[in-house]
This record gives sequence, C-alpha cells and structure tokens, in this order.
Amino acid sequence: MAIEVLIVEDNPGDVRLLQEAFHNLENLIHLHLAEDGVAAMAFLKREGVQSQSPRPDLIILDLNLPKMNGREFLALIKADDNLKMVPIIILSSSEADADVSLSYQLHANCFLRKPTQWDAFDAIVRNIGAFWLAKTRLPQQGVGA
Amino acid sequence: MDILLVEDSPGDIRLTLEAFRDANPSVRLHVVNDGVEAMAFLRREGGHAQAPRPELVLLDLNMPKMDGREVLAQIKKDESLNLIPTIILTTSEADKDILESYQLQANCYLRKPVELEAFEGLVKQINDFWLTMARLPPPALPT
Repeated sequence: MAIEVLIVEDNPGDVRLLQEAFHNLENLIHLHLAEDGVAAMAFLKREGVQSQSPRPDLIILDLNLPKMNGREFLALIKADDNLKMVPIIILSSSEADADVSLSYQLHANCFLRKPTQWDAFDAIVRNIGAFWLAKTRLPQQGVGA
Repeated sequence: MDILLVEDSPGDIRLTLEAFRDANPSVRLHVVNDGVEAMAFLRREGGHAQAPRPELVLLDLNMPKMDGREVLAQIKKDESLNLIPTIILTTSEADKDILESYQLQANCYLRKPVELEAFEGLVKQINDFWLTMARLPPPALPT
C-alpha cells in the first residue's frame, strides 16, 4: 500500500528537490503538497477542494510559512485528538536552538535541518525513507479517524 | 551523548549495550529497569541526583511497576522533560499500542527485532538517524 506523505513547504525550489529525492526512493509514495499552514489544515480536515484527501502517514513541515506558520500548524495538529498521532518531521533551515526546543515541546516527532546542497537534500530524504518509511511503525491508516 | 534505556529484559539490555558500543562508542547508555526508576532518573530523585538529562529515551512498553505508557504520558506532560525525544522500542506489534503511543506523543515507534543481526541493525539506524541526522534539543541550562 502506498505511503501518503504531506509536504508543507512554500519554497518552490525546496518542493522540487523534495519531489525528486522522494521519487528516487524505492518505497511506493504518494506525495501531497500544501504551500502554507492554512492549505495543510484544509487538506487534513478534508475541507473545500480537499474533501477526498487521504489521511497522511507522515507530514514534512517547514517552520517559516505564509498565512499560518509551521509552529502554529504543529501546535494545532498536536492538540487535535483526531490528528495528533500523525508523525510530523520538521524540515527547517533555522539553526536557532529555540526553534529546535520549541518544536519538540510542541511535540514535533523530529527536527531535521534543511540542507542547502542537493546531495545533502537527497541524503536527508534517503534517511527519512530508510528510517521513517521502512523501520518505524506508523499509525494505521484511518484508525481513530 | 547520554541515552536512557528503560528496559526490564536483561537479554535486551545486553544486546542494546553491545550494539551501541559497536555503532557509536561516544554514547553513554544509562539503564533503568522499570518506569518508577525511569522517572526518578529523569527527575534526579533518590539515588539519581547526579543523573544527566538524556538526549534520547528508549522506552519499552511492558514493564513492572510503572509501564512504558505511563512513563511516556508523564514525560510528555512535564514541561521540563517533554522535549526529550522518546522512542518506543517494544516487541508489541498491536495496532492499538502503536496508535496509543503516538497519541501520547511518542516521537517514534520501533518494533524490537528478535534476531541478533536485525537488533544490531536497528540500533545502528537509531544512531544514524537520531544521533547523526536529526537535530536534538540543546542541553538543558543549568538549574
């Protein structure tokens, strides 16, 4: 069964790099994109044009986003009993310790630094594939929905 | 790098110690055998007054006295501890345990393999992902 991954990212270049890197993985993955927190929330709540959206198995979240930023989105998801079990990986270029601490306090499942080089991007996504999509047990689709 | 292993099985403790020794000799693995002792270690109570704050907690679910679910709930409710990444490492494959662990804000859920080689491989992956690739919360300020 395909793994549904939601990428919440506003930078088109980063989206492109993530798409290519995920495409290189062997896992069967359906990538979904949202360019800000409001769009991501509509996807998760199946609102508007997103009424058929699947429940993602994993969310990859940038912190600095227009409209609703990543911190706010993270806090809302992790306070929502129907959504908080979906693992959220922060992928951010922020180097600030405060962003790392706050993300974990808001129950981000993990924090990864967004690289600046293509090779490193590819390596990060390969590691996400090897660890999160192959070794980690993710919550069952639809359970608790 | 300090890791707290909360595990009651002597065989699994031995395997984890050996696997970390091979994967990353700079890891100091601290072992406690039940949930009550785990909370004492994290809160520096009793004989654990000098305990470091671990960078990572590896937590079994089924343990005597206080089980892993209760430890996880307590860690994630405590504002001074809730940022410590807590990884469930258990033999349970039950969907209910997986879902409940994520609802209690476990950072990730791993199934404990039974074969030695697979166990070593998993510890290496924990090391490669969590201790090499992931950014962990910065050390606590002295209190």
